[in-house]
Amino acid sequence: MTAALINVPKKAKAGDIIEIKALTSHVMETGYRHTATGEVIPRDIITSFTCRFEGDEVFRADFFPATAANPFISFFTNASKSGKFDFEWIGDNGFSQTASASITVE
Amino acid sequence: MSNPPRWLATRRHVVRGLAAAATSVALPCPSFAQSAARVVVIGGGFGGASCARALRKINPRLHVTLIEPNRVFTACPFSNEVIAGLRDIAAQQFTYDKIAADGVSVVAQAAAGVDAQARTVSLADGTSLPYDRLVLAPGIDMRFGVLAGYDEAAAEKMPHAWKAGGQTVLLRRQLEAMEDGGVVALAVPATPYRCPPAPYERASLIAYYLKAKKPRSKILILDAKDIFSQQRLFEKAWKQFYPGMIERIPLSQGGRVVSVEPATNKLVTDFGDHEVQVANVIPPQKAGNIAHIAGAADKTGWCPIDAATFASKLVANIHVIGDAVIGGNAPKSASAAYAEGKACAAVVASLIAGTAPERPTIEGTCYNIAAPGYGFSQSGNYQPRDDMFIELLGSAFTSPANAPDELRRREAEQAKTWFKTITVETFG
Repeated sequence: MTAALINVPKKAKAGDIIEIKALTSHVMETGYRHTATGEVIPRDIITSFTCRFEGDEVFRADFFPATAANPFISFFTNASKSGKFDFEWIGDNGFSQTASASITVE
Repeated sequence: MSNPPRWLATRRHVVRGLAAAATSVALPCPSFAQSAARVVVIGGGFGGASCARALRKINPRLHVTLIEPNRVFTACPFSNEVIAGLRDIAAQQFTYDKIAADGVSVVAQAAAGVDAQARTVSLADGTSLPYDRLVLAPGIDMRFGVLAGYDEAAAEKMPHAWKAGGQTVLLRRQLEAMEDGGVVALAVPATPYRCPPAPYERASLIAYYLKAKKPRSKILILDAKDIFSQQRLFEKAWKQFYPGMIERIPLSQGGRVVSVEPATNKLVTDFGDHEVQVANVIPPQKAGNIAHIAGAADKTGWCPIDAATFASKLVANIHVIGDAVIGGNAPKSASAAYAEGKACAAVVASLIAGTAPERPTIEGTCYNIAAPGYGFSQSGNYQPRDDMFIELLGSAFTSPANAPDELRRREAEQAKTWFKTITVETFG
């Protein structure tokens, strides 16, 4: 398991619309596949992704079995003030991953 | 053929059109011109050239015209050896003399337009050539502008070298000029693109050159996909020959290049910037421009066909072969294009003769040289099913991952033989 990748601009001007990208490695096993001997391969997916800025939720996504492996998310938000973004992925079998990045708003 | 009056008009136009382009055209025997059908082939690569030649072999009465602006063809297979300094570019180059000697009218001009209703091809000099059937073998063009910052001017700074010729030599010169300790980056697109394993062969052979001449240098592969053709074989070879020299960042690690900055030789991925000394940017691709002009390409940028006849699904009386085609598992490779060219010739000749075409089988073979004397390969046979080429069960072959060096040496020799054979068959 490799760490999640995130891309938050290091700097922005107040009021700028900034793009944030996040990617984490995950098999996203659907639960609908079978082995050669007919046994179901159990579902193992990420179920939610959350981005918070200084504790306030700014973006959230629920994932489902149709989401591809290694889900890549890109979204836009307003740069209002300097602070820290926290990212969290939660999934089946107790999967949990976090990452964070700071931005300086001038 | 189903419309006799137009068919007669068509023939008259041909004679005029050919006469107008007489400098580069071997005028066909007039007695044939009275009775024979006309096939125009656009594109003189492995697909188009082999198709034109095969058409004349199958039916010497056919009037076959090959439209190709370059008087010298530069082959892509083995061009990675030119980049690595192992081979002269001249060894990649072939003329159309023997094809013309087979009775094909070779027109050294670019096709400028296709009128599918009138069944004519217009040339760069304004003349027009009528056809009964048109074969498009336009290869690929780069989708300039899709990768932000990468346009034709950028390609002079960050060569793609994905069409052999000047670009190949440019990349070679940049590698020669680079100081020891530099980073050579390869930006690899998502599929589909021409010759899927070629970026990795290129990385291997560049590593061979760097190891010998600039051993502190590194190679960085920024890849828009996670897995690639013959991956285990390549990675094993890299470990054996170039330990620590080649780093690859796959898609799921943020390897996809999203923009480039030619002024600073910078490659920007979703998650990082890489300023490098030599940037080989292989951009997303599409069917050659003439296929788009002819209306034979769809929104994917490639040409959908009925695989049994190579007939365009979008334009009547047009067949498409080679790298420009989308659909199915047949690879975008020289050997598949060559096989499609011959198979398409048989289909077109049958359709003109009014007989049922045979179902083609396409053989695709792909050799990779990871170091001089160290080769491996993948091959398969493909047959049409609807609009797709499906790999025949049991025909797929990939060199074993664990094999003695003797086998790799033999495969490297076979690769040379394969190149000799396909180039002699097509151009010699």
